[in-house]
Amino acid sequence: MSAEQDILQELAGREYEFGFETQIEMDIAAPGLNEDTIRFISAKKQEPEWLLEWRLKGFQLFQKLTMPNWQNFKLPEVDFQGVSYYAAPKNKVKYNSLDEVDPELLRTFEKLGIPLEEQKMLSGVAVDAVFDSISVATTFKAQLHELGIIFCSFGEAVQEYPELVKKYLGTVVPQSDNIYAALNSAVFSDGSFVYIPKGVRCPMELSTYFRINAKNTGQFERTLIIADDSSYVSYLEGCTAPMRDENQLHAAVVELIAMDHAEIKYSTVQNWYPGDKDGKGGIYNFVTKRGICKGKNSKISWTQVETGSAITWKYPGVILQGDNSIGEFYSVAVTANKQVADTGTKMVHIGKNTKSRIISKGISAGHGHNTYRGLVKVGPNATNARNFTQCDSLLIGDRCGAHTFPYIESKNNTAMVEHEATTSKIGEDQVFYLNQRGIDNEQAVNMIVNGYAKEVLNQLPMEFAVEAQKLLSITLEGSVG
Amino acid sequence: MLDIKNLHAAVEGNAILKGINLTVKPGEVHAIMGPNGSGKSSLASVLAGRESYEVTEGSVDFLGKDLLDMSPEVRAREGLFLAFQYPVEIPGVSNINFLKTAVNEIRAYHGQPPMQAKAFLDMLKSKQKLMEFDANLMNRSLNEGFSGGEKKRNDIFQMAMLEPKLAIMDETDSGLDIDALRIVSAGVNKLRSKDNAFIMITHYQRLLEYIVPDFVHVLYNGRIVKSGTKELALELEEKGYDWLKEDIRLEEPVQ
Repeated sequence: MSAEQDILQELAGREYEFGFETQIEMDIAAPGLNEDTIRFISAKKQEPEWLLEWRLKGFQLFQKLTMPNWQNFKLPEVDFQGVSYYAAPKNKVKYNSLDEVDPELLRTFEKLGIPLEEQKMLSGVAVDAVFDSISVATTFKAQLHELGIIFCSFGEAVQEYPELVKKYLGTVVPQSDNIYAALNSAVFSDGSFVYIPKGVRCPMELSTYFRINAKNTGQFERTLIIADDSSYVSYLEGCTAPMRDENQLHAAVVELIAMDHAEIKYSTVQNWYPGDKDGKGGIYNFVTKRGICKGKNSKISWTQVETGSAITWKYPGVILQGDNSIGEFYSVAVTANKQVADTGTKMVHIGKNTKSRIISKGISAGHGHNTYRGLVKVGPNATNARNFTQCDSLLIGDRCGAHTFPYIESKNNTAMVEHEATTSKIGEDQVFYLNQRGIDNEQAVNMIVNGYAKEVLNQLPMEFAVEAQKLLSITLEGSVG
Repeated sequence: MLDIKNLHAAVEGNAILKGINLTVKPGEVHAIMGPNGSGKSSLASVLAGRESYEVTEGSVDFLGKDLLDMSPEVRAREGLFLAFQYPVEIPGVSNINFLKTAVNEIRAYHGQPPMQAKAFLDMLKSKQKLMEFDANLMNRSLNEGFSGGEKKRNDIFQMAMLEPKLAIMDETDSGLDIDALRIVSAGVNKLRSKDNAFIMITHYQRLLEYIVPDFVHVLYNGRIVKSGTKELALELEEKGYDWLKEDIRLEEPVQ
């Protein structure tokens, strides 16, 4: 009927660009979850005894915990016994140099736009690439090492820096936090580990690229970032997966720790396979991400651009323990076709003069449903705590939905908490205005959406902001007739 | 340039335009006046291709092509410009970026390469000067937080940048204070040439003191009921529209 209607029809037809599968010999654990699975994983990774114990404790908790029931979508049945918990490219598990990496794997990452070969690393971004359960390569390791910065796979950190891992693992997201966090702590595969020493400003963006490749596997990575006193680091994660009919589970845990005067900026560009237009297949992205501003004047900033996954379910939060610490959350979540997102943040104010800022931009198209859920909690000692929340929803068409659930708990009467929310529709008037200046529907919608998300995109490191913009365009591609 | 023949249009089944005939030649300025609800803005919307208007009869030829067959963006690329009665706000989209996209889309349509950044900025500066357009507005988001007058001025500035063949100005004068009206009018007069044409839709004769039209048409009940020169506007200002309505009633056949 109208152009608007066409937009919606076409929106359903968008394609996923990274849906290819890499043919490579894999070492895959048989599906199923029990203590033996966990012992198998731990043995494969040659882990110390304490870590195996820790995993087993996680597994016990997983068995005890129940599924949450407060989420704003129908929780799909996940057959935990049907998933394989370990998949790694055969050949050597640990690579000493890129020459040892299967060229097929390198081609995969190249296809994804992540050139791992150092001579190509002109952009100055250090990348750790995780392919199914195994970290493939970490670039720029030597240069970072000179500054005392540790950036390596989680598995490597367990071997090389066990005392650091032991000290901080599970201190921000306890194993008992929720059932998926418990699951992750039992079966986590790999992930990234970052330590920035005192007074060091990490000179480049650190980046991890996650890819689920093998069929019928879950990905359970763990990331641990520690920024010691007066240090700074900016970290980016990206992710893709092949197109498959069945759903795949991604249950990661990310823990950030900022000491006195330290700052951590964590950006995510999430582009897991979203399923097809009928809602078949796609990744369940059930992730627990949390940071703690442990020291005074520390700062943690989350930026996320969520365009993929069948279901995105996560609340990257900050515990503001140190006095004068700052927590930020910037989010753009797009749901098209039958995608669902229930995402937001938790800001827990414990220290004095702590500040938090939440900017959430939801975009719903097709039959997508987008929920913002946020908790701002002010403890009794958090004198002069401040929060500002702005929560906007943009609707494209009339078959999608936007929902907002802000929770505020304040136990200190000097706290000031502000919440602003808007819901708007991409107006036919806006599209027509741009049409009348010679701009076609598709580009018009892109401009409007990117303009809407600008405040968040501006938070991303420059090269990734451009990527994210493109991704938004691709996600809404064909949205117009 | 523009040849409208027996144009009928409806919105949700209600007839709004009931047989418009109008010919506009290069170099001409036409004013369309008429009481509220007579179909003036509808005519502008139909010509620009707004979706909600359905053309039920008639034809519109624009530079030798069938205008009604084109999508709104193609009409724009062919050189038709509408200065909106209510320009919309598009948050987060910078005015400059928007203009650059529009200019390059139009160029691409005509097989021209995108404009180089330097050339574009030079053009921006010269037009800004020509139109006395505030540079601060240039760097802001498209119409976001602009006053009514600023939005209208921004529209006219866009017109200067896009250099249309035919510009339709839909009540551009409404909401402008006298200084803004003078600046906007001066800008339009500077853009007038023997190759382009203007259709000005207005309620008030005031605008026509600044931009002197070659022809004045009175639209009433979906039809042009009277056409004349600029003197007709003065007559309307003096006598209102009622005398015309009387005339029409006499002319209309008894049902």
